[in-house]
Amino acid sequence: MTSIVPSRVRIQDIAPTTPAGTTETNAAVRPLVAPELVFDSRQVSIFYGAKQALASVNLGIRRGQITALIGPSGCGKTTFLRSLNRMNDSVRSFRIEGQILYHGHDVYGSSVDRVEVRRRIGMVFQKPNPFPKSIYDNVAWAPRNLGLRRGLDERVENALRGAALWDEVKDRLKDSALGLSGGQQQRLCIARAIAIEPDVLLLDEPASALDPIATGAIEDLMHSLKGRFTIVIVTHNMQQAARVADRTAFFSLETGGPKPVGTLIEVDETEKIFAEPRDPRTRDYVSGRFG
Amino acid sequence: MTGQLIPDPTVPLTPSGNLRRRRLVSRGAEVAATAAALAAIAILVIVIWTVVSRGAKAIDLEFIFTGYPTGVGPMLLGTIVIALVATAMAMPLGVLIALFLTEYAGARGTRLLKLTLDLLNGLPSIILGLFVFALLVDHKQQSAFSGSLALAIIELPLIARGSQEVLQLVPKGLREASDALGVARWRSVLTVTLPTAIGGIVTATVLAVARAAGETAPLILTTSVFDPKAFSFNPFEPLPNVPTWIYKLSEEGNPEGFTEAWGMSLLLVSFILFASLGARALLARSKRKLSS
Amino acid sequence: MSASVSAASRAAGRGARVSDLRKRADTFGDRALFGICLLAALTAGAIIVLVGYLVVHGASPAISKFGFGFVTETEWQPNFGVFGAGSLLYGTAVTSTFALLLGAPIAIAIGLFLTLLAPKGLGAVIAPLVELLAAIPSVILGFWGLLVLAPFVQSKIEPFLHGTFGFIPIFGAQETTGLSVFTASLILTIMVIPIIASISRDLFQSVPAELQDGAAALGATRWEVVRGIVLPTTSSGVVAACILGLGRALGEAIAVSQVIGAGSEIQASLFKTGDTLASRIALQFPGALTELHKASLFYCGVILLVIGLAANLIASWIGRRFSYGGAVSG
Repeated sequence: MTSIVPSRVRIQDIAPTTPAGTTETNAAVRPLVAPELVFDSRQVSIFYGAKQALASVNLGIRRGQITALIGPSGCGKTTFLRSLNRMNDSVRSFRIEGQILYHGHDVYGSSVDRVEVRRRIGMVFQKPNPFPKSIYDNVAWAPRNLGLRRGLDERVENALRGAALWDEVKDRLKDSALGLSGGQQQRLCIARAIAIEPDVLLLDEPASALDPIATGAIEDLMHSLKGRFTIVIVTHNMQQAARVADRTAFFSLETGGPKPVGTLIEVDETEKIFAEPRDPRTRDYVSGRFG
Repeated sequence: MTGQLIPDPTVPLTPSGNLRRRRLVSRGAEVAATAAALAAIAILVIVIWTVVSRGAKAIDLEFIFTGYPTGVGPMLLGTIVIALVATAMAMPLGVLIALFLTEYAGARGTRLLKLTLDLLNGLPSIILGLFVFALLVDHKQQSAFSGSLALAIIELPLIARGSQEVLQLVPKGLREASDALGVARWRSVLTVTLPTAIGGIVTATVLAVARAAGETAPLILTTSVFDPKAFSFNPFEPLPNVPTWIYKLSEEGNPEGFTEAWGMSLLLVSFILFASLGARALLARSKRKLSS
Repeated sequence: MSASVSAASRAAGRGARVSDLRKRADTFGDRALFGICLLAALTAGAIIVLVGYLVVHGASPAISKFGFGFVTETEWQPNFGVFGAGSLLYGTAVTSTFALLLGAPIAIAIGLFLTLLAPKGLGAVIAPLVELLAAIPSVILGFWGLLVLAPFVQSKIEPFLHGTFGFIPIFGAQETTGLSVFTASLILTIMVIPIIASISRDLFQSVPAELQDGAAALGATRWEVVRGIVLPTTSSGVVAACILGLGRALGEAIAVSQVIGAGSEIQASLFKTGDTLASRIALQFPGALTELHKASLFYCGVILLVIGLAANLIASWIGRRFSYGGAVSG
């Protein structure tokens, strides 16, 4: 199993925050500290009933970065992603061993409120799933639930701008969201997610259902969202990971044991994973030899 | 971005902001929904319990096989005859309608016919009683047959809909194979389609009978004046039957009559219960077999 | 021609004739099948038309005597030849509205429970039980209402409601027995709940999981997902279900007649006796002696038929218009 090798530290990695969410950087000092981990998964194994889906994953997700999870289909990347915000809870046979620490707190701890988890860790799904409501109401729905009623118009506009959708819809906010194109719907889902200002954005193959132009728009969007949010993206498109991610984690199905099990093979800076991967399995995958 | 209420993400994952209140509201809704379900079950249990506890003591062999005043045999027999006559009329008609829907009807015809069946299904049974009265009883005399006619109209939409659902499931491949062999439509319907769907058709019929067996209103107007001592198979005179007898006993205010009525209720409910549950289970199974 | 050739051609001719016969039989059979199926389909429509015709025809003596005034006239005196459906319409309206107001929320809550709250095993057990409630014949439910519910209502519920809310006219004075508009409304509520609940359950089950997942991922509580996504998406279907339930309540004759007390006046208090259109027909038709009496009851049937058909048509229209694909009937 590969451990996380601390790479050369960058300023963005060590920005301490005040409760109001602003950041300070001290340009004069560059201490060599471990980058701040938003997620720290320790020996995380996931089971559906008797079947093991993921074996002992040790993975850290760094603040303010885009981390991509790549690998062939069925290797557990989406399972791992959905475990981060407890979206697997609705599956009855789901069982998790090990710990997923979010800012040091165990996500599956006994006093943890699932709804609170999802408040801070947002998710965008593979297939766009806008609500059958107006564009405005789609974005405003969650903030209204949270009681953020003042400045709602402004909040909606900011979210739509953040998702690079504002200019296209600003004149038809009352129209049904179902009338948008696929790419627009997905950006709407992103706007919906960022409207409540989560800490983390989990993206499950967000562009796989979209055409290349829409895909490009989503990728540009991710770059612009990077600093404000920590982003974890699952993608089966290696080139996308290479274009977008700061760090990349490669998962694969290990067939060594009695049954094939999803396993984290290697995680590193994206350039390293693609240019000089350490593990031969990684090398095989990124050079297109399988998967 | 406006910075109201946005939590510091590093604090423990316990409810922040207004979540505690929202949690309470959600819990309240869950409790209310559970209470509603429990209330419905409770009513069912109470009613069934009343019928069983008060009716069981009335039932013995004499009750079932003798006539008034010791038993209700003629009513049981009469109900069976009325139901059989009704089903004999409704089942062929219902299956033919279902065949029309699956084999011949276009989109518009299907919509129209399904609407017609829905309207038939929604006709109040007392209206059907008035209808049959005007058709067969007025200025003539009561007869079990007229009651059967009303029950047949009640059964018809249920049999038609249920049969149509099963007929639709008959694999297209079977029909196409038949056509490819040059077999005429009517032959393949008779020899392939219907036999494959027969299980579902029968269970749809049983469900329809279970529904019609408890209908009282049409029978009140068509076959309610009868001799409670006589066992008879003749549908052209008014036959004794369970629902109208229960109704009569319930209005009389005689405690012994009440017990008799509870006994008949128990028999009726038992029949309906077993017929319904059994038929539904069989229907689900034959649907699964057809679509696998 | 040689003998074998002519024999062969004769055999071929015979074969051709046989298959020719078969083909004609097939065509005839196909046409016959189509014919009787078409006839059956037309019969269904004919039945409705015939029912409407005969009921209106049976009511014609009363229609020509009373005209539309029948609807507003509240006096019903068979011995004096005075008939008016006013109080019956009132009773029908009150009992059905009560049943819907009380029954629909409970039924919708049950539908939500079965789809979203109950674990799969429990849901599979409770759902058939709720449907079983609909399978109880109305004469038995009415009988139970007469001997069990009415006394209970009279001894416990009515005094409590009258004591606490007596200042509201509908909770006014009671009769000596529990036979009242209130008891009849409760019985109708019990009948209406399984209909609305089972249709609602099918509707809620059809809400795509992705929508619910999307809502949950935005940090919404279960109730918020229901209120914001599940209910709005299914609202028109639920309304159609409620209208179907209403139709059921409007047409129920037997059970209502057993517990409503056969009153003839319009009274404000729910705890007094009353009557409905359907129940009046059931109670008085078997004993009706004069032609005018019977015709007046037929007239009640006409009104009931119109309301019932309208309810079903509206429910179907709503169901179709908003592409509710499930079975609307029962």
